[in-house]
Amino acid sequence: MLAESLALSAALFTIGVVGVLVRRNAIIVFMCVELMLNAVNLSFVALARAHGTAGQVFAIFVMTVAAAEAAVGLAIIIAIFRHVRTVNLKNINLLRG
Amino acid sequence: MNGLLAAVHYNTWILTTLLALPLAGVAVLALQSRAAAGADAAAKMEIARRTALALFVVEAALSVGLWWSLDYSSIEWQAAVTLPWIPAWGIHYKIGVDGIAVVLILLTTFLMPLTVLGSWTGIREKPFAFYAMLLLMTTGMLGVFVALDLALFYVFWELMLIPMYLIIGMWGGSRRVYASIKFFLFTMLGSLLMLVAILYVAFKTGGASGVPVFDYDLLASSAAYPAQAALWLFGAFFVAFAVKVPMWPLHTWLPDAHVEAPTGGSVVLASIMLKMGTFGFIRFALPLFPSAASDPAVRTVMVTLAVIGIVYGALVSMVQPDFKKLVAYSSVSHLGFVMLGLFAFTTQGMQGAVMVNLNHGISTGALFLLIGMLYERRHTRLFDEFGGIARVMPMYAVALSIVAFSSMGLPGTNGFVGEFLVLIGAFRTVPVATTIATTVVIIAAVYLLWMVQRVIYNPLARRENAVLHDLNWREVGLLVPLVIGIFWLGIYPAPILNRTHAAANRVIERVGGVPEVNPTELTVRQ
Amino acid sequence: MQEAHPLAETAARFIWWLPTLPLIGFLINGALALAATAKPGPADPSADHGHDQSTGPSHAASDSHAHGDDAHPPRHRFARAVSVVGPGVMVLAFGLALAIFAVMRGAEMHAPYINTLFSWMPVGDLQLDAALQLDQLSMVMVLVITGIGMLIHLFSIGYMQDDPGYARFFAYLNLFVFSMLLLVLGANMVVTFVGWEGVGLCSYLLIGFWFTEKANADAGKKAFVVNRIGDFGFMVAMFMLFANLGTLNYVDIAARAGQFAPGGALVTTICLFMLLGCFGKSAQIPLYTWLPDAMAGPTPVSALIHAATMVTAGVYLVARTSMLFSIAPVASLTVALVGAVTALFAATIGLKQWDIKKVLAYSTVSQLGYMFVGVGVGAYTAGVFHLVTHAFFKALLFLGSGSVIFAMHRAYHAIHNHSDDAQDMRNMGGMKRYMPVTWVVMWVATLAIAGIPPFAGFFSKDEILGQVFARAHGSTLASATYLGVSGATVLYAIWILALAAALLTAIYMTRMMLYTFHGPNRTGDGAQSHLAEAPWIMTGPLVVLAILSAFGGWLNLPETVTEMIPLGPTAVLEHWLEPVVGGATERIAAGSAHTAASTEQVLLGVAIAIAVAGIALAWTRLRPSSLVPKPLAEPSTGFQKVLENKWYVDEIYDVSVVKPVYATSRGVLWKFFDVGVIDTLFANGSAALARFLGWVGSQVQSGQLGTYAWLLVIGAVLVIRAFAQAGG
Repeated sequence: MLAESLALSAALFTIGVVGVLVRRNAIIVFMCVELMLNAVNLSFVALARAHGTAGQVFAIFVMTVAAAEAAVGLAIIIAIFRHVRTVNLKNINLLRG
Repeated sequence: MNGLLAAVHYNTWILTTLLALPLAGVAVLALQSRAAAGADAAAKMEIARRTALALFVVEAALSVGLWWSLDYSSIEWQAAVTLPWIPAWGIHYKIGVDGIAVVLILLTTFLMPLTVLGSWTGIREKPFAFYAMLLLMTTGMLGVFVALDLALFYVFWELMLIPMYLIIGMWGGSRRVYASIKFFLFTMLGSLLMLVAILYVAFKTGGASGVPVFDYDLLASSAAYPAQAALWLFGAFFVAFAVKVPMWPLHTWLPDAHVEAPTGGSVVLASIMLKMGTFGFIRFALPLFPSAASDPAVRTVMVTLAVIGIVYGALVSMVQPDFKKLVAYSSVSHLGFVMLGLFAFTTQGMQGAVMVNLNHGISTGALFLLIGMLYERRHTRLFDEFGGIARVMPMYAVALSIVAFSSMGLPGTNGFVGEFLVLIGAFRTVPVATTIATTVVIIAAVYLLWMVQRVIYNPLARRENAVLHDLNWREVGLLVPLVIGIFWLGIYPAPILNRTHAAANRVIERVGGVPEVNPTELTVRQ
Repeated sequence: MQEAHPLAETAARFIWWLPTLPLIGFLINGALALAATAKPGPADPSADHGHDQSTGPSHAASDSHAHGDDAHPPRHRFARAVSVVGPGVMVLAFGLALAIFAVMRGAEMHAPYINTLFSWMPVGDLQLDAALQLDQLSMVMVLVITGIGMLIHLFSIGYMQDDPGYARFFAYLNLFVFSMLLLVLGANMVVTFVGWEGVGLCSYLLIGFWFTEKANADAGKKAFVVNRIGDFGFMVAMFMLFANLGTLNYVDIAARAGQFAPGGALVTTICLFMLLGCFGKSAQIPLYTWLPDAMAGPTPVSALIHAATMVTAGVYLVARTSMLFSIAPVASLTVALVGAVTALFAATIGLKQWDIKKVLAYSTVSQLGYMFVGVGVGAYTAGVFHLVTHAFFKALLFLGSGSVIFAMHRAYHAIHNHSDDAQDMRNMGGMKRYMPVTWVVMWVATLAIAGIPPFAGFFSKDEILGQVFARAHGSTLASATYLGVSGATVLYAIWILALAAALLTAIYMTRMMLYTFHGPNRTGDGAQSHLAEAPWIMTGPLVVLAILSAFGGWLNLPETVTEMIPLGPTAVLEHWLEPVVGGATERIAAGSAHTAASTEQVLLGVAIAIAVAGIALAWTRLRPSSLVPKPLAEPSTGFQKVLENKWYVDEIYDVSVVKPVYATSRGVLWKFFDVGVIDTLFANGSAALARFLGWVGSQVQSGQLGTYAWLLVIGAVLVIRAFAQAGG
């Protein structure tokens, strides 16, 4: 049971990473980040069965952070869209040194 | 007096109070600043400077008791307090003083009100922020003098740098950004190296227990590092303190910082902050790493750098066209005397070094205040712009002459006592270097007399100088305590010397010098 | 453990009042000076700047009016109080000195009386006290300082009466006397050093008294700086003494001087460093150049500080530390040789000076050289004797010249002439008609300095010459080797140099008298009628000094003279100083045969003949009637020009020392090293490096989120791999 859960978690995480790396739409990148977080959550819960409840507590922490992050992240994306009329990451390079 | 102080348990709360009061003052100023948001600039300035002055006067009044309440012949820390701060990391709120620290604490608490008076009309922009910076800095500086825990010490050390950086950067002259960044880079470079050394020492001494040791006494008594490591550690502390002293060739931030800083900033920088470097040597670098400090090669380097600084500072200050730069370079020379006295490892040298520290605080502080007074009137500091103003400003002329002669080390003023003790003490162990350093009595006369001549003597040629007003009562009032200090320390320095004697001898003993004990003290002990 | 000193319960216990009295005078006069001129400014010095501009000119105008020469300015606001306080404290101090002197004469005292005031610098084994020491030598100096000082203070009441800085002047003068008394009364070298620097300070302040002239301010600064060169030597000597003997008290130094090997390198070095101090303060080669410039100060200052007291401090110090010099023959010979060379060198310059005060200045340098010859050959009594008589006649000469200058100033002032030089002898001439008292007393002083019996200078100068001659005939000095030459040869050379200087002294002094007081008057028709004798407050001290100059020789009559003519008691001063310097003199004179009476008589004759010859030569060869006033005079040429320009020593120092030091400090140390090397390389260099690294880093910053993400992932993979490897 544990092995399957961890495999699913790894698969979800990999999908998230690849999505962050290859997609150009900010919303989709953002969704992929959420996917990675949830993959981690899955492994936390799975491991909690074996090692005690600390993992479950952590999962709740992560969900809280993810919710906060979603609120701030979406707000930023909307602000950026208002500013440059696009959410394509190719066209946003304000951090350029 | 002593009974009264004991009755109120003075020694148990005084140091903490001295540290906390300025911090509370920052809060007070912040509240006042919000309350006075709508007021005009003059009203804001009035509120801010009055509050700051009141706070500093209270601080000074509280600190006076230290003069009587402590046992200066003891080698134990006085007025000591130890409370756990972050026990898991071995960090404590451990503070305490000895004679050397008390002298510098009193110098600080007494100069700060004068600094406020010196900035009375000069600071018109953001007065609340300015005085808050001064208060914050005071906590930092006093903290360095009292900290007996290296982590605590480091916190205070950094705490005093940042307000000074802001004071130069915000209220400074036209090149203030350059000067403040230079100041910050030099001092940061040094203090980061010191942080690394502190961490190494703490973890090394903590050893197997896993809890690092930051306690000064434990570190000083164990000192279990290989000789090679001790040299590197000493080197790291050396860079941090040498920048602050400033020792040649790490001094070039000082003239720029002084020229750009406002009067109050210059006074604090020269009078108190430079003392952090030499105090750091006395309290930390020498006792923590005695094997490295007494290494012949290290001592030769130190003495050589000190003598170069003494002569170099004097020669360069001789050719400065700017009043403030002249005084800044003369500081390099004076602090060189302190370093020479420290590394002489004799009682006279060490106590002389403490005296020079104190004297430099008084005399150079007074010089910067005097420069500020002239600058407020004429908005220039170039010697070419002045001349003959003794005719229109006789009181200013008297004050400038007294301070200049004190800075020159004329007998009867404080400058002589310090310089003489340093030189006579250093001559016993490093005669050649001392003889070279003694030539500076000639150069000092040249640059200081030339300075005096170009400002107050010579023909009163310029029209704008002919209409200058003499000192007003506020300015006279703030100079009088300094002049009294100059003569008191010059004529009757024995109270100070007796208070720093035991502390100085403890350091000398630690580094393997020969402490000379006062004969009177012997009779007391028997 | 020790029995009470014979002076313990006498007037001597008030010895600390001696310096305290002038100090009180200084404080009062200083406060009055400040109170008369100070006017506190507005609360905010920068706020009402615009307002200042409008009222400014009138303020400036009234100010320049007060300082100007034209209208007769009102006397100083507190002139009365100052006239009472300034000289008053001196009268009291002199009275106290006389009382203590009277007590001392009655007491049998072999050890100095030490009066400890408080502990000054207690640091380990250096236990310095603020302590005063009274012995026969300091008593002589105290009497000279307070006595002559009192007369000069009185003279100054008249001389400075119209000066706006009247109170300031007396404040400085009182401060000077305080410092000078501290110098001679100090019980350890450091207290002496306080006085030593203190007199230098007062000298600086008084030379630059009229500070709005740049030349005066420069002269004051030069005096202080050159003195500081000497002070450097003094300090190093103190350090060496303390490092080797562990004490700086004179009594203890004397007790422990035996620890030094006689004639050894150590004690010689100490003495040579001390000498540097003495040469600076007493204006000997190579540090004499400040003294002639010091004449920029008011004339009473020249009399008190730059003739009678301060400049003799070096001589005093050699006598005070005679216990060291007497065991260092090489150092002692250096003292004498430098003294002799200076005596002659300065006398040559004195021959061609036109400024009356400059003549006297070089004469002072020359006579100080004489004193050094005396103390150098171990004739400490003779040196101090000449110090005392010189104080009498040189103070008189300076005050007399002051009286002449005062008259000249008044005359020029009356006709509003501001261009002519009131001190140039070419503008004087025939002054004896207008100032008979000054004329007579000045001649007394001239005869005294020239060495005509029975005036004071004759006895003191002759004693020095005789002692040099006697030492050359066998003493520790004569048997020493000095730079490869035998000491006896050096002593004979010194004797000849001193004789030559005596001849020149007689010549230049007679020249000065002739040009000033004799011949036709050259002041100019308008001013001539305004020339007049000075008021009694000024002539009074002159007369007193003239009496002293005439009869000062009775202080120490030589046996040779008293045997021939029974004038009075023999060698009073020598007996008086015996407890202080007797031992040292004996140590140096060890092995000398007593000079035969006939030889001494011949020497006496030679000295008189030389003095008379000098006066006669000048009297017959110089023609005051052929002089023309300064503006019409032609520039001199050849060797005369070299002398007039003082052998170009100032110029040589300027080119060889002053300018190179400045140029190096500015060009090399500051501009090149500080600003160039350290700032560019270290400070700005490190900043540039940081900027470059930042630029490299910034190239990675593409701004593309995708790139960042890739880097992040690659980094994470690498970290995980590293952990995996470390773990297993």
